[in-house]
Formats: sequence, structure tokens, C-alpha cells
Amino acid sequence: MANEVALTVNGLKTYIYTNNRCNRALDGVSFEIRQGKTLCIVGESGCGKSVTADSIMQLLPTLSRIEDGEITYHGPDGPVRIDQLPRDGAKMRAIRGKEIAMIFQDPMTALNPVYSIGFQIKEMLKYHTGLGRSDRHSKAIDLLRSMGIPLPEKRVNEYPHLYSGGMRQRAMIAIAMSCNPRILIADEPTTALDVTIQAQIFELMDTLKRDHGTAIMLITHDMGVVAELADDVAVMYMGNIVEAGPVGKVLRNPVHPYTRALLESIPVLGRGKDQEIKAIPGQTPDPYNRPKGCQFADRCAYRIGACDQMPDETQVAPDHRVTCWRYEEFAADAAE
Amino acid sequence: MQPNDPILKLRDVQVHFPVKTGVFKRVTGHVRAVDGVDLDVRRGEVLGLVGESGCGKTTLGKAILQLVRATQGTVTYSGEDGETELTSLDDAGLFRFRKRLQIVFQDPHSSLNPAFTIFGSLEDPLRHYGVKTREERRKIVGDLLEAVNMRRESMDRYPHEFSGGQRQRIGIARALSIEPELIVCDEAVSALDVSIQAQVLQLLMELKREKNLTYVFITHDLSVTEYLCDRIAVMYLGKIVELCDAEDLYANTLHPYSQALLSAIPVADLDKKSRRIVLQGDVPSPVNPPSGCPFHPRCRYVVDRCKTEVPELRRFKSAKGEHMAACHLIDQPLAEQPLRTESP
Repeated sequence: MANEVALTVNGLKTYIYTNNRCNRALDGVSFEIRQGKTLCIVGESGCGKSVTADSIMQLLPTLSRIEDGEITYHGPDGPVRIDQLPRDGAKMRAIRGKEIAMIFQDPMTALNPVYSIGFQIKEMLKYHTGLGRSDRHSKAIDLLRSMGIPLPEKRVNEYPHLYSGGMRQRAMIAIAMSCNPRILIADEPTTALDVTIQAQIFELMDTLKRDHGTAIMLITHDMGVVAELADDVAVMYMGNIVEAGPVGKVLRNPVHPYTRALLESIPVLGRGKDQEIKAIPGQTPDPYNRPKGCQFADRCAYRIGACDQMPDETQVAPDHRVTCWRYEEFAADAAE
Repeated sequence: MQPNDPILKLRDVQVHFPVKTGVFKRVTGHVRAVDGVDLDVRRGEVLGLVGESGCGKTTLGKAILQLVRATQGTVTYSGEDGETELTSLDDAGLFRFRKRLQIVFQDPHSSLNPAFTIFGSLEDPLRHYGVKTREERRKIVGDLLEAVNMRRESMDRYPHEFSGGQRQRIGIARALSIEPELIVCDEAVSALDVSIQAQVLQLLMELKREKNLTYVFITHDLSVTEYLCDRIAVMYLGKIVELCDAEDLYANTLHPYSQALLSAIPVADLDKKSRRIVLQGDVPSPVNPPSGCPFHPRCRYVVDRCKTEVPELRRFKSAKGEHMAACHLIDQPLAEQPLRTESP
């Protein structure tokens, strides 16, 4: 079951409408998530990584629409087209939380402050499993214990404000994992946490992946996290996946200028004071006033005339694809 | 004044905040945000202050600038006019020194007044420090904006018209406006995207070279400190646990907390995957710090002595100047210490 595809996204276009303007937040995004593997989606703020997650979970804001493309969930009862399900329909509600669960960035705002942690875990069990009241209670305690929360019998009745940041995030993972979902979507799960707590959470996610074969989609902006956790990686820029492939290929031999620039712009631990970092000039374009062709062209050092048109996705290798006109030069460069 | 002379000397600095409870706001305890710090900041260096949230790094930064007053201990500034104990000065006495010590805040969105134009925000310090005419101030603000790679005309626009990276550059321009000698950068690049972060880091380094500045760089990101800093002080629960040359910290980490902290950082280098040391539990509350070594409940090497005796910051031999660490066990090889078997 290791390489079984759990979810396919194909040509997804999600547009968000505000103030009579349209933000083409996702403009043709394709990828797949495999069982027991971690796909990292990496990019800067505003590149559409969270919109991707929200599209899959059908948690988009009201004034937004999946305009085109397909999201297919390969569940135990055959494939389901998530994008065609009504957002609040029974089918979607059965999938959301049970089959595909999500961890949010900020555990302070994602947990409800007026309900106890135990209540919020048991709520999931109540709607998605046939467990009775006392079974639900003991299952909630078991879940908290497996997340490494001390004194779970006592903690289960406590409210979120009594938990520390790391414990809240673990409680949220407990909620997400309560029904043994097949896919776990984690939207920047450790951005609000300290590095030592982040290490604890990552350890936990690795265990889930190993023991339950959960497919994980991890959204992050930190290349370090990608290098440590990912099996596959997709680099996003302004609503497009510019480069995707196995982590070894993308990080070692990046063929898109944005991936290369991104890797060159971060200081890497252990490389000392003399390492050279190169800033990417300019800033991400205004989403309402996008460049015509390749979105990165304005900041790209390798711009040519053809960049005024959006390049197609090309396969560099069977599992490595890139969206750039000049990728061949970089691929040859990387092969050297 | 030699370049390596200390510009600031901190001696046993403590900042305690009272915890008030009940209707009558009775003081029931103290948050020991900074709990006895000895530190020299040398002229012209970049000193990194690193640690997890709640370790007191920001409070220490503010105590350096006297934005919070130390409960105990002294902060001494030495400049051309001799040494001055900042902690004993009143607000009027501090006025003269505020000009030399400035700060860049973490959040570029909340540190600029949205009702003021950029010129309005930047001219304030100039007016207080004797630039009398508006024309002169406009010229200086324009020059400042150019120094941080922004256009002169931006000064008549409002903060909401700028992106995060630009706002952070405006924050840096404001700190520079009255030509300080020392700037405290409190998580100055943490809120920025990586591609913008690199721009701001390079700007800070350029400005340092041009204007001969000293930085105290507060951050939780150890990859940034390694790139930027000359010396690094690692803080835990209000105390400095390790203080040494930046390269030395990475090559020869002494304190078990620094080791765990360094190993926990995800490294964007596939060839350098190291084993993570996962610390159990959370940082204890600074209201009730553990007895003895503050790190002992989470330490892998803990022995009985750690639970009762507070370790002093001791000096160790090192190829790169001094290397200080506060741990009882460093003289002995760490591997021989018993490993903790259960978590608290």
C-alpha cells in the first residue's frame, strides 16, 4: 500500500472574489499524495499553499469557487470527486475529518476556548464513529496519551487556555488523528512553535506516517522542514507549482530559477559565516495585477522574451516536473 | 576607544515582573523574565541573543535600552565621554543616551503608526534631537529612505501602502535616523518571507559596515545568527547558559540545551541530516523556575547536583577567544553521564 495514491489534484483553479475583483489564487495546480508518504508544499506567503489545502477540505471562503480542475479522493469505496460535492453536504461532512483531516497553523485560534479539549476530541468520535459515551471518553484519553500529553485523565477535562502552545498543537493533532484518517493535511503546523517543540511535533508526525500509513500533505515555508521531512516536494509561486519532484532531486538539482533562488537566499546552519546568501530582488507581484506570462519573470535573472507567455509543465524526469522555458539549460547545468 | 572595548556592560541584570491576583491585586509572585545576566557587548560586533519564546531575550533587549527598568543590577554604557550607569539615570538623564541606543521591532505591521505618513513617523526622532526646520528633516528622511534602498517619494505615503519587507526597512530607517551607535534588532527578520529576509539581512550588514554600528540581534532562528553574528549568547529561563564565538557554538557546543536547540533545527541541506535530540516537556514557568540548574528537568545528563546547585557561567578553553557555559558537567565527558530514562 506504500505507493497507493490517496488523492489526486489535477489542473485545479480556485478563484477568490473580493471587492468585485478576482484573485486567481490557484491557477492550474496538479499533484498527488501517496499513502505513507509526505508531500511538502513550499512557497512564500500569498503563493496559494493554504488555498490548496482549503480547496481539498472544501473550507474555502464563501466568495470563492473552484473554477476548473478535479480533486479526486481515492477512498476505500472507490474514487470520489471532492470538487463536485456540495460543501456542506452529508458526503463531504463524512469525508472531512474522518478520511481527510487537517491541522491548522495556529492552535490558539483553531481550538474553541469555551469547550474542553476532551469535548472537542469526543465531538469528532461522536459524529464519525459508532462509539458509546464512555468508550469515547476512554478513547479521548488514549489519544492524548499517545500524543505524549502528561496526565491525560486530568488534562482531558481542561480547557485550551490551560495548555501550552506545544500541547495545544498536540491536542489538535489528537483531534485530527482521532478517526485514523487516510490523509492528514498540515497547514504550517509548527510555525507558531519553538524549535524544540517543533522537533517533538515532527517526531509525532513521522510516527503516524510509519505506524498508520497516513498520507501527509505538509504546507511550509521553511526549506529546512522540507529537507528533514518530505518525500516529495512541490514548490509554489503565485498560484502555480513551478517545480515538483522527489525531495532529493528538487533540493539537489533544482531546475526552476525560483527554486534555485529560494535555496540560495537562506542561510544554512553549519555553513558558517562566510556562506554567501543571495537575496531575490523585488517582491511578489500584486495578486490583482499579475504579470502576463510566467509569474516569476519580473524577479528572474534568466528572463527571456518567451517569458511573457506562461510556459507549460514539462517533465525533466518521469517524477520531476518544472514550469520554465529555459529549464533545459538548468537541467544540463545540474547534471554536470 | 578600541574597536573591541565593551560599549555596554551588563552586571547581574534582573528584571522581575510582579504577578497580581485577586480583587486587591495582591502581589503573589514574580515572573523572573531576566534572572541575573552578566554580559559585555563589544563595540562593532554583532551579538546574537537566542532562545525559545519566554526565555527573556526580548526583555533583556528592552532592559539594555531602559525600556523596561532592571529590578536589580547595572547596565553601563561607555562612550567617548566615559562610562555612564544607565540604570541609575532618570528619564531626563536618559534622554541624552536614547540617541545612541535604538531598536528595530519584530512586527513591521504594528510598529508603524498607521495614521502617520512615513515622513511623520521618521521625523519625530529628528525633531526631538534638534533638527529644527522641516526642510532639513525632509532631506534627512529622504536620504535615510535611500540608504535602505527605498525611493525618496515613499515618505509621503502611509504604512499600509507598503509590503512587510518595505515596512521593516522603514523601521530600520527610523532606528538609524539619529545616528545611533548600537541597535537592538528584536526578531527583525522573523516576520518576513525568506526571499525578503535575505534582502533585509544584507541591508543590515551593509549599514553596519558603513556606519560602524553595533548590533544586539535577538532571534530564535539559529541559522540566521550563524550567518550574521560574531558572538552568540544562548538564553534559557532568564539566564545565559552559553556565550561564545559564533563559529565555536556550532563547532564545539558545550551546554546540553544548546546542543538540543541546534539539533532541533531543520537544516535545508540533504547531506547534513543529523539525529535530532528531542527534549521532553515544555519550558518551565518563569514564575516558578526549577531549583538548581533551570534546565535540569529536561536535560538528558542530569545528576543530583544539578537539582540543588545553580551552575555558574564558567570559562572554558577555546581556539576562538572565550567560551562560557553554565553547566556542572562539562569538565567530564558527557557520554559517561547516566541517561535519563523517564520523562517528568
